[in-house]
Amino acid sequence: MELIFEISKPGRSAADIPASDVPAIDIDEIIGGQYRRADLDLPEVAEVDLVRHYTNLSRRNFGVDLGFYPLGSCTMKYNPKINENVAALPGFTGLHPEAADEFARGNLELMVDMQKLLSGIFGMADFTLQPAAGAHGELTGVMMIKKYFEKKGEKRHLMLIPDAAHGTNPASGALCGFDTVTLRSNPEGGVDLEHLESLMTEDVAGLMLTNPNTLGLFERNIEKVAAIVHGKGGLLYGDGANANAFLGKTRPGDLGFDVIQLNLHKTFSTPHGCGGPGSGPVGVSAKLVNFLPVPRIIKRDSTWAWSSDFPDTIGRVRAFYGNFNVIVKAYTYIRSLGAEGLTRATEMAVLNANYIKERLKPCFDLPFDRVCMHECVFSGNRQVAESGVHTSDMAKRLIDFGYHPPTIYFPLIVPEAIMIEPTETESKETLDTFCDAMIAIAKEAKENPRRVKDAPLSTPVSRLDEVLAARKPDVCWKRS
Amino acid sequence: MDYCPHTPQDIHQMQAVIGAGSIEELFADIPQKFRIRQMPGIPASLSEQETLGLMQAIAAKNRMPRVTLTGAGAYVHYIPAVVGHIIGRAEFYTAYTPYQAEISQGILQAIYEYQTMIAHLTGTEIANASMYDGASAMAEAAVLCAKMSNRSRIVVARSVHPQYRQVLQTYSWANGYTITEMPYTATGQLDLAALQNALDDSVAAVVVQSPNFFGCIEEITPIADAAHKNGALLIAGFTDGTSLGVLKPAGASGADFVVGEGQSFGNPVNYGGPYLGIFAAREKFLRRIPGRLAGATVDKNGRRGFVLTLQTREQHIRREKATSNICSNEALCALAAGVYLAALGKNLGKLAALNIYKTQYLKNNLLKLAGWKEVFSAPVYNEFALRCPDAQAVNEKLKAAGMIGAYDLQKDYPALENTLLFCATEMLSKDDMDRVAEIIS
Repeated sequence: MELIFEISKPGRSAADIPASDVPAIDIDEIIGGQYRRADLDLPEVAEVDLVRHYTNLSRRNFGVDLGFYPLGSCTMKYNPKINENVAALPGFTGLHPEAADEFARGNLELMVDMQKLLSGIFGMADFTLQPAAGAHGELTGVMMIKKYFEKKGEKRHLMLIPDAAHGTNPASGALCGFDTVTLRSNPEGGVDLEHLESLMTEDVAGLMLTNPNTLGLFERNIEKVAAIVHGKGGLLYGDGANANAFLGKTRPGDLGFDVIQLNLHKTFSTPHGCGGPGSGPVGVSAKLVNFLPVPRIIKRDSTWAWSSDFPDTIGRVRAFYGNFNVIVKAYTYIRSLGAEGLTRATEMAVLNANYIKERLKPCFDLPFDRVCMHECVFSGNRQVAESGVHTSDMAKRLIDFGYHPPTIYFPLIVPEAIMIEPTETESKETLDTFCDAMIAIAKEAKENPRRVKDAPLSTPVSRLDEVLAARKPDVCWKRS
Repeated sequence: MDYCPHTPQDIHQMQAVIGAGSIEELFADIPQKFRIRQMPGIPASLSEQETLGLMQAIAAKNRMPRVTLTGAGAYVHYIPAVVGHIIGRAEFYTAYTPYQAEISQGILQAIYEYQTMIAHLTGTEIANASMYDGASAMAEAAVLCAKMSNRSRIVVARSVHPQYRQVLQTYSWANGYTITEMPYTATGQLDLAALQNALDDSVAAVVVQSPNFFGCIEEITPIADAAHKNGALLIAGFTDGTSLGVLKPAGASGADFVVGEGQSFGNPVNYGGPYLGIFAAREKFLRRIPGRLAGATVDKNGRRGFVLTLQTREQHIRREKATSNICSNEALCALAAGVYLAALGKNLGKLAALNIYKTQYLKNNLLKLAGWKEVFSAPVYNEFALRCPDAQAVNEKLKAAGMIGAYDLQKDYPALENTLLFCATEMLSKDDMDRVAEIIS
């Protein structure tokens, strides 16, 4: 497809500017010619061509509304339309963040209630809604851990991260000056308790644990894990990426987590928009409340108001208050599902993952064969050994069957990993046809491996040369 | 309302395949003592109609202003109708990060186009696919400079947005870096002499903003020269992105990084978010910058296509050695920005000019009021600071008239007593501005 620059023609525009109702003035005189830009080389296209360009681009993109999207760890559930309508209400979109609190009564009430609802669902003392995404929430959480020890006058420079963890965990630890230490998994896919015990010293600030972990398995020894970490004065950090697995079943606060970040764009169904905006609220136990980012909402003269008067705070992690409009969508979702709906979402998500696990078990290696939570992780090892077809090949072939591929090659501890998260919003028919496709591809890998390796065959472009893209980077178009 | 399609029969059949006697059995790994049977404090479910009613009632508790006179990092602009229609396409908004390039060509190409437009606008060679917001983009740029140089001090102008400086402080503290703030002069610009004095071989980066928080345009070239002479890099922000339609971008005056808030490009003010952090840089930093990058390549038939590239910088490959921990960014907001910029084209220059006309009109109107005077002498884009007899009283009057008043600079700058920062965009009509002056007087 042509680039927007390639369809540009001087003299066209898709947006006009009103005539000025105040006197036009000589800009050079007002701001000085030396501050003026020399050229403005933006595309010049008519509205109809602009709309066709982006509409045609959209047709080269796959979203949940087009089909099943079992991308493990990403919780690609259906995004209810009512949430979009609500978030588009002018009362939510149109208010400036520096508006006096009197203008923002509804917004403040919504945010306070959201903090309260999340605290109840997850068993935490309080929440901040400021972080813009999950990884931003992680960073915020780790900063609070750092501040906690700074305040206590303890110098702890290590952070434990399981080998199965998301890459954001060690990266967040490192961005707060911690040296990260890798904690091994045991043969059951859980934390290796002996290893944890040997690593957990008074130099360790905490353990960043995802529960259920990235294998989709619940940490059965969570009580012991928490006891070991807390026993040495450390804090237990929870990566809430997998929170869709336990709504209404258990609460991280009760399990001993001191801090947990959520991904509203996963668990609470706000659409992911091709990579954002997300929202990454962070919940804390009582001992970390003082370190929450500012500003926070307080009661002042019986109404809600913003306050930055918290001396122990880590400070701000972004401007203003968070991805407010995303929070509106998640709040709408929580209120519409209610306690019963959220619990049912978790139950059906776990049922669906176990169903897929059972149906695909005969055809793919299952490294940890036990009841899973919201996702299941297979290995493509058998296919590699039998026919040289890799997980990446099978993932590409799935595209031809009309599916978005699962997450692949993650977690790192499973070779040729295939991580499938169906979510609760998919019907049995969808799961069955997906499993049939996976089984057909496993068969095809044996019988016609070439075809699988050539996939995808149905897309506007075939497999792209990523090596070339990295070796000769072209990230901005240049007029030739 | 819930969105689970299973019938009781479906559930029954699926349990049979799994070999589970009940749904409950699937949760057996959670120790019994930690199980909950209900969600404390969570209300019952609502129908879609009830949900809409509830949310409309909450939105109605906000007072929608007739006029907004504050900018200060978020700008009310007209958004052409096409923007909403494009980002409202579910192929875009219900997709995840484009990990699978063959079925994500739409967003990958749109991001490549966005990167190209941003690099041009900022006067740099490269731009990433977006950061969380302007403040976090600035902070990540500063951390990157410190890491690359093994220097530990960041020098930042006090004329940079106060909240951006706070975020910079948070990120710097977490990494063990220190911040030194530089004063402004009577012009409202960075005190260059003070900067030259402060620079030494411990300084990794100098951080400025132009237009700065006071609306004033900074002299970037001498600042860049001073930074570079001391082996430091220059990070330059901006306030309202539309200023780039008329102003010489910092990248064309020697800045190494241009970072800032892209909200002005097609995104509503949304009570503070979601916005998008613009992150642009000199080409030599391509392999070090944070965030996603869309890159052009070819498929095996030689057709042009796009992928996420240089991923070895990123957390999912490099883990603790990654240049940043960022994963999700603000892709849909960046898409909106790309559509907005492509829709306006050269008219972005006209729009910026209109903002300047309105700003001068409002300023001249207010300066006619008894006891009002300009605080700074440097040229401004669409924000300006005025001293008045009683700032609080002014904002109370405007509030009573249903207007969001000006930003009170004394909150962040104790020396700037009774000083208000006004913003005028194309959204203010002559009548609005005449009325503002009337209300105040």
